[in-house]
Amino acid sequence: MLRQVEGSRAVAETVSRCRPHVVAAYPISPQTHIVEALADLVAEGLAGTCEFLLVESEFGAMSACIGASAAGGRAYTATASQGLLFMAEALPNASGLRLPIVMTVANRALGAPINIWNDHSDAMSQRDSGWIQLFASSNQEAVDLHVQAFAVAESLHVPVMVNMDGFVLTHAMEAVDIPEQSEVDELLPPFRALHRLDPDDPVTIGAMVGPEAFTEVKYLEARRQLRALDVVQQAADRFAAVVGRRSGGVVSTYRVEDAEVVLVGLGSLLGTAADVVDELRDDGLPVGLMGVTCFRPWPFDEVRNTLGAMRHVVVLNRAVSVGAGSILGADVRLTLAGTPVVVHDVVAGLGGRPVTRDLVRFLLTDAMADRLSDHELVFPDLEQALAARALEAELAREEVGP
Amino acid sequence: MTELKLYQVGTFAAGNRLLDPSERTEQSGAGRTNSITSGHRACRGCGEALAARVVLDAAMRACGGRMVTVNATGCLEVFSTPYPESAWRVPWLHSLFGNAAAVATGVASSLRAQGRDDVRVVAQAGDGGTVDIGIGCLSGMFERNDDVLFVCYDNQGYMNTGAQRSGATPAAASTATTRPVGRRIGNAFGTGKSLPAIAMAHEIPYVATATVADLHDLERKVSTAIRLHGSRYLHVLVPCPLGWGTDSADTVRVARLAAESGFFPVFEAVDGEVTEVRQIRRQVPVEDYLRLQARFAHLFGEPGHPDVVARLQRQADRSIARFGLLEGEPS
Repeated sequence: MLRQVEGSRAVAETVSRCRPHVVAAYPISPQTHIVEALADLVAEGLAGTCEFLLVESEFGAMSACIGASAAGGRAYTATASQGLLFMAEALPNASGLRLPIVMTVANRALGAPINIWNDHSDAMSQRDSGWIQLFASSNQEAVDLHVQAFAVAESLHVPVMVNMDGFVLTHAMEAVDIPEQSEVDELLPPFRALHRLDPDDPVTIGAMVGPEAFTEVKYLEARRQLRALDVVQQAADRFAAVVGRRSGGVVSTYRVEDAEVVLVGLGSLLGTAADVVDELRDDGLPVGLMGVTCFRPWPFDEVRNTLGAMRHVVVLNRAVSVGAGSILGADVRLTLAGTPVVVHDVVAGLGGRPVTRDLVRFLLTDAMADRLSDHELVFPDLEQALAARALEAELAREEVGP
Repeated sequence: MTELKLYQVGTFAAGNRLLDPSERTEQSGAGRTNSITSGHRACRGCGEALAARVVLDAAMRACGGRMVTVNATGCLEVFSTPYPESAWRVPWLHSLFGNAAAVATGVASSLRAQGRDDVRVVAQAGDGGTVDIGIGCLSGMFERNDDVLFVCYDNQGYMNTGAQRSGATPAAASTATTRPVGRRIGNAFGTGKSLPAIAMAHEIPYVATATVADLHDLERKVSTAIRLHGSRYLHVLVPCPLGWGTDSADTVRVARLAAESGFFPVFEAVDGEVTEVRQIRRQVPVEDYLRLQARFAHLFGEPGHPDVVARLQRQADRSIARFGLLEGEPS
């Protein structure tokens, strides 16, 4: 049933229907509304026997989830930005111990300068943490991905991060359908841990592994992550069969069939971009759109199959890998290596700067007209004059050599 | 318990052979669990390995074997679980260095949510994982009164990484990062912290200190603690032959002198108030305790630092006065 509801509230209600045993969280904008709503749902007894832990830090939150999961419970937390970095030490620990924790990241920029608004630098910084990373393009998809995330996590015993754009999605009121409890129960059978702390069957979890076996452990982890591409797709198919709605999967495509120029992106900007694609199609321009829903593991085959025959691919990333380019851009370039596709690496929408229709239109039309750089990182929404003045002043202050 | 005074060692500690079998330690019995079993890679004379065995076996006995454990990174973790071997015969989880308290909280909450209220949770860490890198999570656990018994095995430094200074290292001690070189005379005075006092400030149900010199006392405190609910904290002094520069045969002796000199007060506190202290029958000079340890050797060479030894003696005297450690004095 469609209901007008805030994105955070919708996610909280969905998580509560996933029947977690432990929710542990520490407040950070823009994640707060999710855990506030969950605290109420738990107190009202609407989340079953769930225990809600008001921990002292994000490091504590992830650590409590690690303990909860290792004791055989379904565990959930939510965070953003600095909070994600504060729990960073525990992320590869959770994945290495094969604990299927699910976490929402309400994507927000990393400081300094401190900035509470949306971009993807938080999630990107944890690219190699061993977590599966899914990105929601809308509040409906955010809701649906959380149910799928638990299913994927518990099928592979790998933790899953569900990314939803801070404020843009978390604080947006939209019509959303939250799957019924019966549907969620059908998709999520009771959690069975790979190994759990149990007095009746003592196991040692978290032993020290030296050079003689560490490589093998990591190899198996890498293979498992690649297998997750199939499992993510299966979870989306199963969700569609039970709930009657397609969402999730590894990539989403829009009007790419006969396209020459395709924009690639993550998260909520895909909605804006789809509108622009429609407008440009009306003008006769062969443009299309590809959204990456599953960022890690990276859907190499799907990306190459979708983009391999394009003339231009514009990768729009809301994060910058300082000193290199964009992470998404590098992934796409590597995926398209050996093809004649021209890839444009674009960074925009940092720290909450809106990705507008004008911006997307500019990128697609410039690429179409061969006017967009394919060797320099493009900052299309930069205040050029201001940045040039500041750069000039900075260079003037720098002393050259002894 | 039978009233026994063993004048030859000057303490209230009683040898098992003098006791009725029903009053002997769990550790001396054939029925002990061997929670951490033989074959692990601890150093000879390791105080931590001894304490962990006594603590966990007593806890297993007291809770009928319904127990799971969480372990911080450190010596205890490293020497007990070199994959594919494990010395643990109890359920055991190691996550990270600074998060044992939070992991244990998660375990306890998860068990409760699954209706497994009968299972008790014990967290173990060294002093680094307790007083330094782990204090945030531990304070949170205390403050929420989570249902966990947290045991700190205090060897007063980062012994696993080569004996560097921690927030539990005593003043004047030489460690790998406080060597007596230049004008420095070991670890600085006026630093360090008492985690038992910090735990008491949280007004948790139970706080106790103990040493590996008095296993009856240690086992009794574990048995008391494991039966209570809420946050409980046990701080056990465990000499480290490698880090302290003591003879591996002297571990128990050194621990006894730490208590008998007043340098390490042994007490219990309920809801933040001290309720019992282990009194010193015959106070020994701090020098007797220090002289056995190479980490204090620079205080006794030529010319030595008698002023520093006197200052450490004043620390012990203050501790004796504060906790009423001398027999006959009001506590």
